[in-house]
Amino acid sequence: MNRLSAIRDDLATQWRRLGDRPGGVQLMEVCGTHTVAISRGGLRSLLPEGLRLISGPGCPVCVTDQSYIDQAAYLARELTDVTIATYGDMVRVPGALGSLAEARSAGADVQVVSAAHEAVALAARRPDRQVIFLAVGFETTAPATALAVQQARREGLGNFSVFTAHKLVLPAMRALLAQADVRIDGFLCPGHVSVITGWKAYEPLAAEFRRPCVVAGFDDEQILTGIAEILRQLAEGAPAAVSVYPPVRPEGNARAQEVMAEVFEVADARWRALGAIPESGLELREAYAEFDAARRFKLPTFESHDPPGCRCGDVITGRCLPTDCALFATACTPRRPVGPCMVSSEGSCAAYYKYHHRQAGKEQA
Amino acid sequence: MCLAVPAKIESIDGQKATVSLAGMRSDVVTSLTPEAKVGDYVLVHAGYAITVLSEQEARETFTILREMVQGSE
Repeated sequence: MNRLSAIRDDLATQWRRLGDRPGGVQLMEVCGTHTVAISRGGLRSLLPEGLRLISGPGCPVCVTDQSYIDQAAYLARELTDVTIATYGDMVRVPGALGSLAEARSAGADVQVVSAAHEAVALAARRPDRQVIFLAVGFETTAPATALAVQQARREGLGNFSVFTAHKLVLPAMRALLAQADVRIDGFLCPGHVSVITGWKAYEPLAAEFRRPCVVAGFDDEQILTGIAEILRQLAEGAPAAVSVYPPVRPEGNARAQEVMAEVFEVADARWRALGAIPESGLELREAYAEFDAARRFKLPTFESHDPPGCRCGDVITGRCLPTDCALFATACTPRRPVGPCMVSSEGSCAAYYKYHHRQAGKEQA
Repeated sequence: MCLAVPAKIESIDGQKATVSLAGMRSDVVTSLTPEAKVGDYVLVHAGYAITVLSEQEARETFTILREMVQGSE
């Protein structure tokens, strides 16, 4: 028997041990890369009936509050001599002032970078421009931003700043459990966020809410192993934080945590659909205030709502599946996305469109 | 966006390393993995090494991530 069938057997065994549970079992993955891997592998079809996987707020672009998207477009369009440096995923997110791609077509300078230090290098090369780096992402990505800010200080770059929307996954998981209308029996925890935080970071959550928190990697075997482990914990009534993904250490990456703490302080943050969550984001410390775009530039505030008809907010909080949204694959497609979940390659809607919609042989964009 | 891939360090110059990543040469920042040495495997996210992998872990992680990298082309 190959490894995958052994894992599937174990999963089935654990499922039987659970016995009859009214309403079945609902697990949430809180990592966009998991969302994509689950759809790509067609893993939902391998699960026993009654075991459901729902997607959570695991895609950094998707959880970014709409007002931030609009403020970024404002910075790009309205200020003179400004260059926006951003990860590629942000460029096509629609907003009240249009997307950054549209801003670029209208003459704004929007440059895609694949590493934070490329934004610093851009500022060094172009002393005549104010370079603003759009710092989005979870714990995996925030240490790189912190290093970039320290690098800009070392190099004395007065024309570099970051517009931060960094988010922390753990406080969001806590907020999700507080939603009375969404049932979450266990979490499949993000592999690469956990490389930074360590798997022990989930221990308080597992203990307080009595929910299994299992860190898994990204292939079919890893995800099914993680799910089988969650079911085993549920069957034994022993929820715990564990990792089945080899690169994840109990305590995480101490140096990365240190760098993050040097540059950032934990602050309340606004999430799409979840609203303000206490201590769920990162802001630059006072000592690095000069690199904060939000303090350097005067920014208007924008409304925090999804585009009309768009259910991205419900999708990332587990309230509906992408296919439940009336716009899915009709008005909203990867080519002409209405909401961020269809824009980002890690968005649930994009994953469903790519792997399920096409298979169903429906009309394509 | 939390995509990360394993790579082998070929040379180190200060806080930067040249790695071989799926057969391609690439530069990564090693400030978050000060213990990394030439010959080590690291997991690379958005241009930064985020952890050092043992050879065994690297082998397992390569397998685990192969599908992911192929799937995100």
